[in-house]
Amino acid sequence: MSAAEFTTAIADPYRLGHRGPNLARGHGGGGPATKRVIVGYGFWLFLLSDIIIFACLFATYAVLADATAGGPKARDIFELDRVAWETACLLASSFLCGLATIAVAQRNQILTQAALVATGLTGLAFILLESSEFAALHAQGFGPTRSAFLTGFFTLVGCHGVHVTAGLLWLGTMMAQFYAKGFRPDIGRRFLCFSMFLHFLDVVWVAIFSLVYLVGTRL
Amino acid sequence: MTMEADRHGLEHEEDDKGGASDEHSAHVGTYVLGLALATLLTIASFWVAKTHLIYDPGIPMALATLAVAQMGIHLVFFLHLTTAPDNTNNILALAFGLLIVGLVIFGSVWIMGHLNHNLMPMPQLMQMQR
Repeated sequence: MSAAEFTTAIADPYRLGHRGPNLARGHGGGGPATKRVIVGYGFWLFLLSDIIIFACLFATYAVLADATAGGPKARDIFELDRVAWETACLLASSFLCGLATIAVAQRNQILTQAALVATGLTGLAFILLESSEFAALHAQGFGPTRSAFLTGFFTLVGCHGVHVTAGLLWLGTMMAQFYAKGFRPDIGRRFLCFSMFLHFLDVVWVAIFSLVYLVGTRL
Repeated sequence: MTMEADRHGLEHEEDDKGGASDEHSAHVGTYVLGLALATLLTIASFWVAKTHLIYDPGIPMALATLAVAQMGIHLVFFLHLTTAPDNTNNILALAFGLLIVGLVIFGSVWIMGHLNHNLMPMPQLMQMQR
């Protein structure tokens, strides 16, 4: 091994498609990583731990999906039209949050606030649709106490709904902070975490609408 | 002391320049492309759930595949997960997270499926307890 190759092996031990010495920041060659990268990494670790919680709830639901105790099966209660609208709302919310990210990068207060309001309204529409679904199920006597299947269903989907609700509260505080404190670097990092949170919730919803609702209607 | 001061100075300078901006991928085109691909995959999923063209037992696998594809789209276009050097740690953490998620889900389904299979059917169990 020549000296140059040795240096490369030290600087880029994982060889993730990058040849030559790695001079990127945070990899030894280029000095410490930026605060923004470190904050993003920390929040990413939180999101991954959150996804493990969701994995546990998914596993619970999958195990209990057949335990209907004489109550309704998945295909008897799921309404795909409503699920399609919920999916559209959350996807739009995620996209509008992306537009807000661009507006923040341009430090445009009006665009930022407008994109965040739109993000919040689509998110609120999602929550209202989901609440109406839960309320309708409960009114029919198919609440979480009816069967193990419904317990698993309400726990999994409800946990996601609670996350979205918390995200909406966080959205309100982000709008207030951009308005009151402007585009300071620390506020920018908080917004990075918020946008990651919202996009992550959309990823979880993809799993829910595919594996709970769509698969449920065909079993 | 001076080195620490230098480092602080560097950090401030850098934060003032790019602290609030997403310098890598803040382009409208990225998000529009991500939205278009995610919409296509969503429509495909709902079509698969309603169609009778696909062999019935294969539908859960088709839906799972579409879901994984769409999650990938979200990770790349919305969460900006790339192979860039400053993303290496994120990728490795994601790989570990996926390992845990896989163990939890497949392990639970596997074990509980076998337990269900080996359990005596409920009416017989009731009879034995009399």
